[in-house]
Amino acid sequence: MGSVEADVDAAVAEVFLAEWGKIVATLIRVTGDWDLAEESAQDAFALALDRWRRDGIPRNPGAWLTITARNRAIDQLRRNTSGARKLREMALESRIDHESPEMAVLPEDYRLQLIFTCCHPALPLEARVALTLRTLTGLTTAEIARAFLVPESTMAKRLARAKQKIRNAAIPYRVPPAHLLPERTGAVLAVLYLLFNEGYAASSGADLLRENLCSEAIRLARTLSHLMPDEPEALGLLALMILHDARRNTRVNERGDLVPLEEQDRNRWDREAIAEGVRLLDEALARGRVGPYQLQAAIAACHATAHDASETDWDDIAGLYGLLARIAPSPVVELNRAVAIGMRDGPAAGLKLIEQLDDAGALTDYHLLAAARADLLRRLDRQAEAAALYREAIELARTDAERRFLERRIAETSGRTRSLPPARRNRSGSVAAS
Amino acid sequence: MKYMLLICHDETFEPPESMVKDVLAWVDEMDRRGVREGGGHLRPASDATTVRLQKGEVMLSDGPFAETKEQVAGYAVIACDNLDEAIEISSSHPILRYGGSVEVRPFWEA
Repeated sequence: MGSVEADVDAAVAEVFLAEWGKIVATLIRVTGDWDLAEESAQDAFALALDRWRRDGIPRNPGAWLTITARNRAIDQLRRNTSGARKLREMALESRIDHESPEMAVLPEDYRLQLIFTCCHPALPLEARVALTLRTLTGLTTAEIARAFLVPESTMAKRLARAKQKIRNAAIPYRVPPAHLLPERTGAVLAVLYLLFNEGYAASSGADLLRENLCSEAIRLARTLSHLMPDEPEALGLLALMILHDARRNTRVNERGDLVPLEEQDRNRWDREAIAEGVRLLDEALARGRVGPYQLQAAIAACHATAHDASETDWDDIAGLYGLLARIAPSPVVELNRAVAIGMRDGPAAGLKLIEQLDDAGALTDYHLLAAARADLLRRLDRQAEAAALYREAIELARTDAERRFLERRIAETSGRTRSLPPARRNRSGSVAAS
Repeated sequence: MKYMLLICHDETFEPPESMVKDVLAWVDEMDRRGVREGGGHLRPASDATTVRLQKGEVMLSDGPFAETKEQVAGYAVIACDNLDEAIEISSSHPILRYGGSVEVRPFWEA
């Protein structure tokens, strides 16, 4: 008996990962009610634990759950009068017997409609991220709140407000028409990448839930690239995330200190993941429509496939940043290009570009600009100037791990570590306040 | 002359039954006088979306217009299928090309 229960629990957990988003997406499509959709999906999974132990696991668990959730929603709607009217309007009245053999028919997949609605640009960015997690991955409100370091009540309000706006302002539940598609696809990809970066910024040993955001983001990007097979940027984003994630265990040492790329233990990089990332990138590039995510993935692939830091192909990387600067110009891209050119043509060439960027007033409060400039000065043996800029970077850094890393750099430039005054903490002193 | 009346109150205000009745009576009275050319009950500012142009691209933000210097300069009531269409209509308004914005606020519907 115990093993049957364990089998059922494992089956339900597996189906939850695979089917939650699909079920919620279908129910929103059918009932138009986001809260009801979530509640009914939850009820269906609870019921599954019970029924499957008694009757065995159905042949098509996803369809069983979808139909069960749909029946629960119908029952709920019957209980109130406005719901009953809605049922008639939607011609939804008939319950479907989930013991019937027709169960094997899979309902249509509405997850793409759901992703585009969750990531609608009329919703605040933080709500898009939270709503995507709640409805598509099934993380609970409490889990999402912990991952984003806010109280559960704040997250609950954020989600409720977003759903209210979707309903009240009539944000359509659909895949946008062709003329809106490129822009809206960009908005969806941006939400998934933000989700990934939230998890990636969490240092190892920190809340596992935050790190878990990386795997959720990868799972969502995988789903999206299946649902949008003609969109190479979806595949490019997936490749980018996988390539970054392959290095996750070497980014931070056991003391929680950041380890820069050139010092990471490459034997501990996940070779299988890197191979997959490169394969997905090739597949994306073969479509012949390059975009910012594919270019960033190509840069990540240059790093991930170099057997040794000294073998890094900086010529390729500088070229890729040049392309990126053309199609998606930003000061951060220019900064990275300057660093790559500094590696290819020597520190003086890189420094010249960074100084231009600094003079233009871009990124003045970005700690990585000061840090990159300091690195180049250090390599030019201008140690005093380098130390001053590292100190500036420390003032601007957002996390303790970054500050500790920069303090180590100062120590390397001056050799007078013990006499240095303690670095000033920023306002909160906390890790990654955002 | 034409005048736009902006009916204002605290966002948390919930009109009591008696006020709803009085408003309907006021609407009837003004319609009888032939002076009312339309109107309605707006949903709260939290359901608003603001449309602007930034470097020629349509930028959306959640909520009402935030620039304190901006003032209501006109209004239009539109009927369309969904927010995407309302945004498309708003973003074609010339005020955007002159640095202005359009706040899209849904009406309450019975």
